[in-house]
Amino acid sequence: MTSSELQSMYQELILDHSRTPHGFGLRDEVAAQSHQLNPTCGDEITLQVHRAADGTIEAIAWEGHGCAISQASASLFADLVEGMTVPEVQQRIDVFREALRSRGRIEPDEELLGDAAVLGSVSRYVARVKCAMLAWVAAEDALRKLD
Amino acid sequence: MSSPTTADSPTDADILRIRADFPLLQTEVNGHPLVYLDSGATAQRPRQVLDAERGFLETLNSAVHRGAHTLAAEATEVFEDARATVARFIGADDDELVWTSNATEALNLIAYSISNASLGRGGAASERLRIGPGDEIVTTEMEHHANLIPWQELAARTGATLRIIPLDDDGALRLDEAPITERTRLVAVTHVSNVLGVINPVADVIAAARAVGALVVLDACQSAPHLPLDVRALDVDFAVLSGHKMLGPTGVGALYGRRALLEAMPPFLTGGSMITTVTTTEAEYLPPPQRFEAGTQRVSQAIALAAAVDYLGEVGMERIAAHEAALGRRLVDGLSAIDGVRVLGAGIDLPRVGLASIDIPGIHAHDVGQLLDDRGIAVRVGHHCAQPLHRRLGITASTRASTYLYSTTDEVDAFLDGVVATIEFFGARA
Repeated sequence: MTSSELQSMYQELILDHSRTPHGFGLRDEVAAQSHQLNPTCGDEITLQVHRAADGTIEAIAWEGHGCAISQASASLFADLVEGMTVPEVQQRIDVFREALRSRGRIEPDEELLGDAAVLGSVSRYVARVKCAMLAWVAAEDALRKLD
Repeated sequence: MSSPTTADSPTDADILRIRADFPLLQTEVNGHPLVYLDSGATAQRPRQVLDAERGFLETLNSAVHRGAHTLAAEATEVFEDARATVARFIGADDDELVWTSNATEALNLIAYSISNASLGRGGAASERLRIGPGDEIVTTEMEHHANLIPWQELAARTGATLRIIPLDDDGALRLDEAPITERTRLVAVTHVSNVLGVINPVADVIAAARAVGALVVLDACQSAPHLPLDVRALDVDFAVLSGHKMLGPTGVGALYGRRALLEAMPPFLTGGSMITTVTTTEAEYLPPPQRFEAGTQRVSQAIALAAAVDYLGEVGMERIAAHEAALGRRLVDGLSAIDGVRVLGAGIDLPRVGLASIDIPGIHAHDVGQLLDDRGIAVRVGHHCAQPLHRRLGITASTRASTYLYSTTDEVDAFLDGVVATIEFFGARA
């Protein structure tokens, strides 16, 4: 009964991440942090960027609540960017945004986005793009706050 | 269909005839016939309403209350006839109905007029409207943001205190804890909750307000479309309406105000069309309702709204209420029977309209809405502009189904099936 497009958006990998999200739980230590809210649905995220001594991303830590897409997206993002440099993360955010806003025209680059490329199926559902972008927008904002 | 019918309820054949008047209801969505269960957000419009608006624009469109040419005179007449039609629909006199852009503007009109009065505007006549430190405004934890934030702001501007009628664990108003006292100057309450669908015992709230001499503002956005409404019988001072929730266009709403109060109130928006004499330093204002209708009015929308209430009147509000009460019961009973579904306010022992909201722990409302949309079922997901109510119930979002006169029991059943399928979809993949 459920359409194949919808099956694709709610594929196993996405549901798994939404149920057992990676990177969930904020840390007490000081980090660049951003709080983002989707006022239409009340979905919220607080996301921290923790860096290693060499400036690369040591970990993403986040807390929030929202739909399966927003939770899975934050989890996939946390997995993706661990160990990257700040410009590498920004590039991933740009590529992800472009694909998500393409209404299904642009397939996300798996080379660059890894598992997070599965979220490309969300781009057909214009009303849900904000859900998928929430963590990435929070990360972009947190990166801007880095010295 | 096998709707439980009372003497008043329209038959299934009646509903099918009504549906034929609504072009949009013939639409398909995602390969399925549209099941439109979002009328609480905005109702669909019958051909008669669309034709009335188009007919005016094609034959009479011109500026009202100005100009001496034939079209302008006739347009003014139908515009004022529309006012009379909508006023009578809610039991008011013609000059007690003010056109606004929407119910939100109507509520802000009241709040800003009171704060203007509190600044001394309106002279001696408006003295009884003045509020300040020590005075209290009362609203409830259940309200749509439109009937909460204007009062927060009014309190902040005047130094008055905003007090809240709390809710019990089911979401019902705790009238035993209503902070209505000698200090209360205004009580604002919703007639029907836009989240719970319950018809509030507003007579009790109104009586409590009357006993202390407070003004009463009734948010009738979710009642006027679905129930017979008589503002005089209810004995409220103000009531607000939303046109697009009652088969009318967007961009038009209305404020009912008791005549003596409207006459005492200073204007909110000022400018053209609401004055008698203007000098470079001051102006004198027209009596109500024109005093509150500054600038070019939403003429074709008002005329279409009048056509909408004519349509509702022809079907009969008693019959519409009976039909929707049956749909509401079917919704609540059906949802309550599904494992894993929490029906918000299910424990409240009050009559309901055809509206119910649910929380499915473990499945976010957005995901529920997406699965339903895949089956052509349109519902509202989110906080429905009622964050305090959701917070009180311990959630941030819910899924709301809301019916109207054109809704069928089959549609309610399609929604119930969709909810079961949604739980299976996410559950089976757990």
